[in-house]
Amino acid sequence: MSLDASVSVRVNGEHRRVPDGTSVAEMVSLLGLDPLRVAVERNLAVIPRSTLGQVRVEDGDAYEIVHFVGGG
Amino acid sequence: MNAPQSFNPDTWSVAGRTFTSRLIVGTGKYKSFEENAAAVEASGAEIVTVAVRRVNIADPNQPRLTDFIDPKKVTYLPNTAGCFTAEDAIRTLRLAREAGGWTLVKLEVLGEAKTLYPDMRETLRATETLVKEGFEPMVYCVDDPIAAKQLEEAGAVAIMPLGAPIGSGLGIQNRVTIRLIVEGANVPVLVDAGVGTASDAAVAMELGCDGVLMNTAIAEAKEPVLMARAMKAAVEAGRLAYLSGRMQKRRYADPSSPLAGLI
Repeated sequence: MSLDASVSVRVNGEHRRVPDGTSVAEMVSLLGLDPLRVAVERNLAVIPRSTLGQVRVEDGDAYEIVHFVGGG
Repeated sequence: MNAPQSFNPDTWSVAGRTFTSRLIVGTGKYKSFEENAAAVEASGAEIVTVAVRRVNIADPNQPRLTDFIDPKKVTYLPNTAGCFTAEDAIRTLRLAREAGGWTLVKLEVLGEAKTLYPDMRETLRATETLVKEGFEPMVYCVDDPIAAKQLEEAGAVAIMPLGAPIGSGLGIQNRVTIRLIVEGANVPVLVDAGVGTASDAAVAMELGCDGVLMNTAIAEAKEPVLMARAMKAAVEAGRLAYLSGRMQKRRYADPSSPLAGLI
């Protein structure tokens, strides 16, 4: 954690800072995404959508946020 | 064989779900979402394959596939395209299950980029793990009747051998092995990959396959929506021909008009 009470995380390979105490659902919303339309993996483990609001973002977390795109 | 009559709809089932259309289409390589949606509509497909990819967090408001093809109306079949290990494929499908809530998935574990040929050792390993975790994997595989049986024994809900390399459009190169897989399977068999034009789809169906999965043949046609219609007709024609039981081939001619009464 830094002096401005934010934590450092990686989201889809990119560095991001979010306020300390943020839930994963809040982080997803802060990124402009609808938590109901994506799937979130935290440190290689999928977070069930039902618990996105309860899991707190921790300093150093690595997230993958995915959705469905066209594919064969 | 019980050839269905007109009052008896010809359906097929996979993992407890019943479908009328035997054509599964991909959603990649289209010029636009609109064209993609129109092609799906024209194909009559009830299942579409989709890929699982990172959202663009730099531009979160880009249009989404789900805005154009409604997952409530068409069954989304998440795939593992681009995965070269069992671990990557399993990780991708765990996310897919969370994104969509579906356990019916398409597994493909590729062996190399040049041919996109499946790595069967990794594919079998992934199938076993996915089944243990409650997934219902439809599995892209080589046209090997023994490998197909092993996948079925591992819990694959459908066997999907390639007819030719992915995206090649070379047509069904392996009629004998596809037929052997069909004859030996107790789960649906679908040709996945290799179809280039309508007659290829008909060939797959005439071999007794339960369905055909294709993407590039439609998406890269000059008129994708028209080709989607062609594929719908071809799959139906091939299926009907298979059910009809084709005539025996002869080495020489046999007149169709009676010889008796000839003037």
